[in-house]
Amino acid sequence: MSIRVLDPTVDTAPAKAGTTTTLTSLAGRTIGLLDNGKINVRPLLDHMEMVLRSQYGVHDVVRLRKPDFSRPAPAPVLAAMQGCDAVISAVGD
Amino acid sequence: MATQALQSAIYELADALDVNELYQQKGWTDGLPIVPPTEERVREFLDAAGLAPLDTIGVESVRQRPISAEKAAINAVMAGCLPDYMPVVVSVLRAMCVAEYNVHGSTASTGGSAPFIVVNGPVRTALGMNATHGVLGNGNRANATIGRAIRLVLINVLGCIPGQIDRSTLGHPGKFTFCLAEDEEDSPWIPLAQERGVPAGASAVTVMAAEAPRQVMNEWTHDPEEIAETFAAEIRHNMLTYSIWAGNYALIISKQLRDLFVAAGWHKHDIREYVYRSARVLRRDWATVGKGNIVARGGGPDQEFTALRSPDDLLVIAAGGPAGGFAAVVPPWYGAKGLAVTQAIHPVQGDQ
Repeated sequence: MSIRVLDPTVDTAPAKAGTTTTLTSLAGRTIGLLDNGKINVRPLLDHMEMVLRSQYGVHDVVRLRKPDFSRPAPAPVLAAMQGCDAVISAVGD
Repeated sequence: MATQALQSAIYELADALDVNELYQQKGWTDGLPIVPPTEERVREFLDAAGLAPLDTIGVESVRQRPISAEKAAINAVMAGCLPDYMPVVVSVLRAMCVAEYNVHGSTASTGGSAPFIVVNGPVRTALGMNATHGVLGNGNRANATIGRAIRLVLINVLGCIPGQIDRSTLGHPGKFTFCLAEDEEDSPWIPLAQERGVPAGASAVTVMAAEAPRQVMNEWTHDPEEIAETFAAEIRHNMLTYSIWAGNYALIISKQLRDLFVAAGWHKHDIREYVYRSARVLRRDWATVGKGNIVARGGGPDQEFTALRSPDDLLVIAAGGPAGGFAAVVPPWYGAKGLAVTQAIHPVQGDQ
C-alpha cells in the first residue's frame, strides 16, 4: 500500500530572458543610475557619477529615482531607462 | 467544479514518514513535519472553500506570481489544517495580495517580518480558535496551522525561502505561525474587523506584516492613562531601537487590563487617541539608544516622529488569558510600507 501525494511548489525559475550585448567601453555612453530609495544610496551614486564622468568619458549620466525600494519602478522611470545604454538598478543598504 | 483535474505533479511513496522525509529533503517545509497532501485531502479542502483547483486566489504583483487554489490547499493540508480552516487561509492570502499589504517587500526584506493574523466573527468559535490563555503561544490547532499554512504558501508558491527570496537577517518565531482570534465574547468593545468596516456578525481576517510581539506589564495602577502610557512607552522604544517610521501597530490587551479600561469607561478609540498623542519621539532621543550619529540628520534634533499616522493606525485587539496585567505591542515591519488589510471571509460553514 503506497501513498500518492502532490507537489506543493510552483516553478519559481525566472522566465527566460535574453541578455544584451555587454558594453566594451563606457566612453560616449549614457549611463542610468537608479536611486532605489535605500538610505545611503544618494552619496554612493553621487560618487559613481563623478567617477563615470571624470574617469570613463561617459556621454551622460541619467539620475533616476524609485519612490519605494520594495515596489517596482513606476512606468515613467522605466521609460526613462530606455534611453540609457546601461543602468545600475539596485543598491543594497 | 469538483471534476476539474488537479495539476500538480504526483509522488508515490511508501508511507507518510517517507513523504515527510522527501518534503524535508526538498525544502518544502518550515522545518517541522508535514501532513501528506493526498489528492483526496486536497479536494476536501478545495470543496470546503468552494474553489476549483485552477482558481486564482491572488497574485503577488511584483514578481507576478499567482497563488492557485490548488497550491494553497496542498500547503494547508501539509500545515495540518482541517478542511474547514480553508476559507480563513484563502482570505488571509487574498488580503496579503492587496497592494497595500506589500507581500513581496515584507517577505523579501532583511527586516524579517511575518504575517500577523487576527480572526474575527463566528468563524472563530466554529473552528474552536483560541482567544484567551497563551493566545500568542502554542496549543490550538486552528491558530497554529492557519498561520503555518500561510508560511508554507510563502515558501512553496512564492519562493520565500530563507537566503533566497526571503532575505531576513534574523526573522522571528512568528514566521512559523502568528495567528490569533479576538476575544469578542469577553469584551464589550467593538471587534477589530467591525471597526475596519466589516459588518457586525460577519467573519473576517486582518493581516499585517509584523515584527515580533513585545510583551509589557503594568499591575500597579487602575488609571487607564497610566496603563496606556506603558503601551506608548514600549512603542516609543520600538521607534528608537528598531524603526522610527509610522504605520500600523497592533496592541493585544489581556482581560485584566481590559477590565480596568472598561471600568474607567474607556473604549478602543480612547486607547488609540491616547497612544497617538503619546507615542512620539524626537530625533534627539536617538542619542539615548546609541544612535547619536543620526541626530543631526533630517529635520535636526527637535524633529518629531509619531508612531501612528493617525489614531486609526493602532489595531486594538482584546485577547489573552484572564490573569496578569499583560499586553503586547506588535510593531509594523517597516512603517507604512506595508499596511494592515482586512478581508471578509466567504463562504464559511457555521456562518449561515
